[in-house]
Amino acid sequence: MPGLEDLYREIILDHYRSPRNKGELESPPAHRAEGFNPLCGDEIVVYLQVEQGDDGTEMVSDVAIGGQGCSISQASASMMSSAVKGKTLAEIDDITRAFKAMMSIHEHELDGSETESDPAPEVKLGDLEALRGVVKFPVRIKCATLAWNTLAQAVDSDPNAG
Amino acid sequence: MAVTHDLDVASIRADFPILSRRINNSRLVFLDSAASSQKPKSVLEAMDHFYKFSNANVHRGAYTMATEATDLMESARSKVARFIGAPSTDEIIFTKNVTEALNLVARSWGGDNLGPGDAVLVTEMEHHANIVPWHIMADQKGFDLRWIPITENGHLDLSDLDRLLDGVSLVSFTATSNVLGTINPIRHITDAAHAAGALVMVDGAQYVPHLPTDVVELGIDLFAFTGHKMLGPTGIGCLWGKSEVLEAMPPFLGGGEMILDVRKDGFTTNTLPHKFEAGTPPIAEIVGLGAAVDYLDNLGMDNVRAHEVSLTAYALRTLEERFGDSLTIHGPSEPASRGGLLSLDLAGTHPHDVSQVLDQHGICVRAGHHCAKPLMRALGVNATSRASLYVYNDESDVDALADALEAAKDFFAF
Repeated sequence: MPGLEDLYREIILDHYRSPRNKGELESPPAHRAEGFNPLCGDEIVVYLQVEQGDDGTEMVSDVAIGGQGCSISQASASMMSSAVKGKTLAEIDDITRAFKAMMSIHEHELDGSETESDPAPEVKLGDLEALRGVVKFPVRIKCATLAWNTLAQAVDSDPNAG
Repeated sequence: MAVTHDLDVASIRADFPILSRRINNSRLVFLDSAASSQKPKSVLEAMDHFYKFSNANVHRGAYTMATEATDLMESARSKVARFIGAPSTDEIIFTKNVTEALNLVARSWGGDNLGPGDAVLVTEMEHHANIVPWHIMADQKGFDLRWIPITENGHLDLSDLDRLLDGVSLVSFTATSNVLGTINPIRHITDAAHAAGALVMVDGAQYVPHLPTDVVELGIDLFAFTGHKMLGPTGIGCLWGKSEVLEAMPPFLGGGEMILDVRKDGFTTNTLPHKFEAGTPPIAEIVGLGAAVDYLDNLGMDNVRAHEVSLTAYALRTLEERFGDSLTIHGPSEPASRGGLLSLDLAGTHPHDVSQVLDQHGICVRAGHHCAKPLMRALGVNATSRASLYVYNDESDVDALADALEAAKDFFAF
């Protein structure tokens, strides 16, 4: 039986107690998406400032996280925000896929497509590695992935809609 | 007040095989009976015995076992009727659970009686089961849904009741809140509703398992409760209604059992209760529910209530002494006006994290929004941890809860 220390690593508690990039960005121009976990009522709001470089690549120049939830969902959101800040959308896609692979979620299960997906990219997850223990607590995987699903929605959202 | 005697919790615990289980090297401390209670041996054995010796479909065959099965089912119906003070056994409709009973009333009675300009009155402390069926019907029929608000100390705010009742056809509310534990003034609301010409439906899910129930004394028209929260199996609940109300309602599910005759050009409905019991019922579960009623009858519902009031008082006192302001307990502070379920908010922690720590100590509590999101919004919280007490709990369970909450507080301390 996995113990609490497998789940609540010190770095997770640190992000929970001192969340990074907590707040809001003006939207528009920022992308904004809300994510809910209907099971527990947790909610996360992701704001992304997306800018286009000279070579046409889009990158996240700023990120902010709103909402409330348990230590796992809040720490995951905080770590996610640090991991994506300053990264291109292509790099963010790689990080997201690497994180979800760590959470034992594969791309074809997510979008329902039957196509063979590429293996998870070799990306250094850094602090995010601390969330690996969540896999041993299946009920909490949704807590850890909430911020990432919301991130994907924010990337895809049109900041000028609605 | 009836003379009560103390429950012998040690001997009650011995009747529940699951309670000797160990979780994470600790004794199991089960504090989630408000979600689903544990089952005594007598319930498990009654169901097992039915399948081993009397299994056959009911109301169908003329052979010995079919008659036995029918007798077992109908004897359980009589027990249930007596348990809630129903004047007639025919008024007991077996349903899957309270959710199905409420949907039955919303679809059948609501479909027949509600339209534009009409209104149904519910409260802010309802379970989603007493909200969503009305939303669904309101979308179809165009009636209004009105809400009785709650006060700061977790009671219904009835100060504006007469105005809220004006033009209302049905009031549907919970007898005991599944989040706050508040026991609502059923008779008071019912009298006001009847004076305004409205029918009254009461959700007894958190009430029937814990207090002596008499539907006639309560004065209500329709009532629902579920077996698995009162020591019975899952999958069996009950709708009670006054005969004249049930008679006037059109059938809900169509099929076998609910008809007297079926022709190419139509059908004739069966009499109560069969009119609302289409298809083969969960017979073993009904037998199990009957055994659960026997078990509770044997304890005496006055004794059950007295035990829970005293244990709730101990829990409120213990948690207040040990945690002070760092622990919020939602709902009424007087044990006499509440049931034995405590929604807790430990400062600096999230309920999911608290329940994870409690699980490491073998303690089962429910964490989340408890299917009562409008209430959670009114309370200004996203989730709570809910510990609920029943006949097999005692002060040692409350102490174990307090110790584990202490551990959670230390673990997440800033």
